[in-house]
Amino acid sequence: MNEMTTIQTAKVEEKLYQNRYLVDAGRPHIRVKPHEVPSAGLLAMIHLCPAGCYSVAESGQVELAADGCLECGTCRIVTKGTGEIEWNYPRGGFGVLYKFG
Amino acid sequence: MIDEKFDAIVVGAGPSGNAAALVMAREGLNVLQIERGEYSGSKNVQGAILYADALEQIIPDFREDAPLERHVIEQRMWTMDDRSHTGMHYRSDDFNEDKPNRYTILRAQFDKWFSAKVREAGALLLCETTVTELVRDLKGKVIGVQTDRQGAPIMADIVVLAEGVNGLVGQRSGLREEVSPDSVALAVKEMHFLPREVVEARFNLKGNEGVVIEAMGTITKGMTGTGFLYTNEESISVGIGCIVSDMTESEVTPYELLDAFKKHPSIRPLLEGSECKEYAAHLIPEGGYNAIPKLHGDGWLVVGDAGQFVNAVHREGSNLAMTTGRLAAETVIELHRKREEMSEANLKRYLARLEDTFVMKDLKKYKGIPALLHGNKGNFFGTYPQLISQAMQTWFRVDGVDKKSKEKAIMKNFRETRTLRGMLGDAFKLARAWR
Repeated sequence: MNEMTTIQTAKVEEKLYQNRYLVDAGRPHIRVKPHEVPSAGLLAMIHLCPAGCYSVAESGQVELAADGCLECGTCRIVTKGTGEIEWNYPRGGFGVLYKFG
Repeated sequence: MIDEKFDAIVVGAGPSGNAAALVMAREGLNVLQIERGEYSGSKNVQGAILYADALEQIIPDFREDAPLERHVIEQRMWTMDDRSHTGMHYRSDDFNEDKPNRYTILRAQFDKWFSAKVREAGALLLCETTVTELVRDLKGKVIGVQTDRQGAPIMADIVVLAEGVNGLVGQRSGLREEVSPDSVALAVKEMHFLPREVVEARFNLKGNEGVVIEAMGTITKGMTGTGFLYTNEESISVGIGCIVSDMTESEVTPYELLDAFKKHPSIRPLLEGSECKEYAAHLIPEGGYNAIPKLHGDGWLVVGDAGQFVNAVHREGSNLAMTTGRLAAETVIELHRKREEMSEANLKRYLARLEDTFVMKDLKKYKGIPALLHGNKGNFFGTYPQLISQAMQTWFRVDGVDKKSKEKAIMKNFRETRTLRGMLGDAFKLARAWR
């Protein structure tokens, strides 16, 4: 087996740990609306989100912890048709603070 | 709060917004620029390469104090399979010139510098403030903005939307269509630090010379996308991006894709021993000419990534951003001086200016490319890179097989894998889209 097929599952938390954030405590800028069964788009966010913010609960609903969000907007674009998430930019000054960009 | 009326409000302080605000302020217009980040650049992400020409048009002597990393003297274009790369490299001492043509930059620092120039020119910058909606009069004309700070709306004759690819203001106000998952790429990037002597030795550089690598192939696992590696003064920017709709269908995470790219035998030695200090993600408009939304209306203009102004084929974006920002500003200045209304009909002159420049000419030239690549992604990003690598290996490996037989084996591999008809079709379609 070569390198490409044996890569370990990357730990995204270790990557996010390098970044600076000013978290707006108690005011997440993205929310997943209550749902029974997530759409394919919302489910895809579990692997698609570059900050690994999305996960699936045992009961099958998609959950979100937005603290590590990189504010790319991918989840907004992917779920805009279903309206399953409510997406805003963090309040001015909050969120990720890029040192290098 | 602010109760004066401005000649212009610019939403966003990236390259397009800074260009627009600077050009208008320098000509005496009363400009307010609103940025959601702590400072201009704190929310902005790019590879990043700066193309000097577009900035020279705005700040001719920018080289005197702009934070530039390295000037690019060598471009490497790679097609990759899992173990190899086939490269086309162009390096020239001609790029060691008094006024170099391309530089690597770090956006957080560069944008901050650009923003200082905007303020020196007289624009008022309001940071840590997010524009939440547009304010319109009874006829629907945009006359100002509402922000997330308490207070009355802020009014202006014109609002220039430089709010980026994921700009909510214009999309939510219905000024332009929502961005589609098949016309944007999700790119992730890491900043890897190394002593500058190591960067220079590893890439055969001296002084501030720099190398950029653009790569395609099996690194994107059959998805439409590219990888890149750029040398900075004492760091390396390494990243990879794929079209969002492709990534949605795959199972791979963006960071797994990036880690696999970093572990590729052609990339790993270049990053050896480096320390990663930042991980960023951003969307890149990749839809080209056909994805350009409506760019003007009563009281508003769109510039930069919000207008999908990226030439994906040539990896150009910030130069299109600065140029569209400058052209929007020049349009506004002309109307302001003639005391003409900022109406949809009058602002159409912005479109005429765009048509006259490389921005629209290039986007038009390549308008068929995004659909062609996306529609044939398995071939262009998988089959061909593999075939090219296998052909190279057959050709260069000396193993007692005669050259005529090697030629036959290479041709047979191409024909059997992609068929003659398929290859001719691909070549024809590519030539037509490139024209």
